[in-house]
Amino acid sequence: MLYNEPSPLETRVVSKRFGMLNSASLDTYLATDGYQAFRKAREMKPEQIVEEVKTSALRGRGGAGFPTGLKWSFVPRTSPHPKYIIVNADESEPGTCKDRLLMEYDPHQMIEGILIAALAVDAHAGYIYIRGEYRYLIEIVDRAIAEAYAKGYLGKNVAGTGFDFDLYTHSGAGAYECGEETALLDSIEGKRGIPRMKPPFPAVAGAWGFPTLLNNVETFSAVPEIIRSGGAAFAALGVPKAGGTRLVCISGHVNRPGVYELPLGYPMLKSIYEVAGGIPGGRKLKAVIPGGSSCPILKASECDIPMDYDTLAKVGSMLGSGGMVVMDETTDMVRLGLRIMRFYAHESCGWCIPCREGTTWLKKILTRMVEGHGQREDVALLGELSKNMLGRTFCALGDAAALPTISIVEKFAEDFEKHLKPEMVMV
Amino acid sequence: MTFSPQLEERFAKMLSIYPPGRERSAVIPMLIYAQDEVGAVTRELVEEVARRCKVTPLQVDEVVGYYSMLHRKPSGKYHVQVCTNISCLLTGGEELYEHAKKKLGIGHKEVTPDGQFSLEEVECMGACSWAPAVEINYDFHHFVTPEKLDQLIEGLRSKH
Repeated sequence: MLYNEPSPLETRVVSKRFGMLNSASLDTYLATDGYQAFRKAREMKPEQIVEEVKTSALRGRGGAGFPTGLKWSFVPRTSPHPKYIIVNADESEPGTCKDRLLMEYDPHQMIEGILIAALAVDAHAGYIYIRGEYRYLIEIVDRAIAEAYAKGYLGKNVAGTGFDFDLYTHSGAGAYECGEETALLDSIEGKRGIPRMKPPFPAVAGAWGFPTLLNNVETFSAVPEIIRSGGAAFAALGVPKAGGTRLVCISGHVNRPGVYELPLGYPMLKSIYEVAGGIPGGRKLKAVIPGGSSCPILKASECDIPMDYDTLAKVGSMLGSGGMVVMDETTDMVRLGLRIMRFYAHESCGWCIPCREGTTWLKKILTRMVEGHGQREDVALLGELSKNMLGRTFCALGDAAALPTISIVEKFAEDFEKHLKPEMVMV
Repeated sequence: MTFSPQLEERFAKMLSIYPPGRERSAVIPMLIYAQDEVGAVTRELVEEVARRCKVTPLQVDEVVGYYSMLHRKPSGKYHVQVCTNISCLLTGGEELYEHAKKKLGIGHKEVTPDGQFSLEEVECMGACSWAPAVEINYDFHHFVTPEKLDQLIEGLRSKH
């Protein structure tokens, strides 16, 4: 059973098997073009595979939106060292719940995408890092892996093509920071998840110091379709420089929250009012978090835009991980800002002082505001402190905490008024 | 320390899947699966995992202190995790968490006197489009109302 009804407005590419009977089974996968793309890729030169992915204009679906083909081209495939594939299934960006579905309903699509990436970078082992809370998904993916081994789609001589590849799951244990790719690498090495200095990038020195290709679940899941139908066909689904479709997780104040597959460049307001059925009670739209809690928040007046990376950048935000949070006119942005900051203060790994101390102080200031002790100067202080965090940390968590706060201070100033302590009046 | 045969089998596999000499990679998965069986990350468990993964107990301890799902004190038999992060906040997650505190008579990271239930306010667990969400042990529950939470808790209570 699906968690939400699909919408007729969707373009179902990576989610095309969702809702099929036994969609996670190898039999269903094989009956619906499964592992054909791997066979096709095996006939191609590795450079051709990378070119095809570049042509598709696929960009990383984890949040950063880096061009996938370009990332693949950075892995030194002729290096004498072993190369590894790591799948980032540490989905934990608030607002995001799509990788769950890809692993639950179509794990073989992800596995086939991993195999194709392995051909492209000459890797022979891969690890799927799944967040600890997703234990049931570890079990589903383990079953899919076991089935693939049993039928010859993993292990020695994959699908009779002479290519060897081993794949394993690896459980996390609760840490947002481990979604950051270099912190994930430390975590998979058995350490605290703390970001590494870059360069060197993981493509050159990743897991255990070896060249490593890291992508999100949804990114790998898009690869079989790209190889099967061609990069150009996938690119044509989206807009220039952002090909294909993506799973948009719509949550918050909408009538039909859900995960919907929409082409890149889909109009944001249409996704809210038509795909997700609009706002309950006919209330007015106040704000949208376009791609997970790390993104600067948009005012309603800024939302009449297509959802693609460049347009979101133009309005000063990001498409992020596809977690779109819709807020109606009843939303108190100061309370929301506090909840976001409590999250980042909890999840900051503590490595960089601007992030560790910044998130803690921002949380304290926002807490005293929500508790009715806010001073007028606090509003400016929030903005100033946040801006001082920008660009001063090893990873993006510091910016991720600062950016939404800055947007609340700058765009929703009126929301602070009711949280300020009444001025003392001398009588 | 000995574990169930199933867990021993899992550990043997864990130690075999990483590159040679990289047993340390098994520390986190080993801790979380062992915690499920032992009930908490005990001193003895830290030392056992350290021995098996060929690291010092301190290297295991620093990991235990970092990951939020690892805990040194036992949770209840049913660990009720209520998300109050943004999507859940907007759809009643905070009210649900307040309700859970009253219903169970315990607060954040506390355990009921009979050891049956523990409660935790958690960060985003990846159920945003089906919020508010609760995870009890490893089972997800979506669109949870206070009434639905009562039914879930009563259902678990009646198992005894």
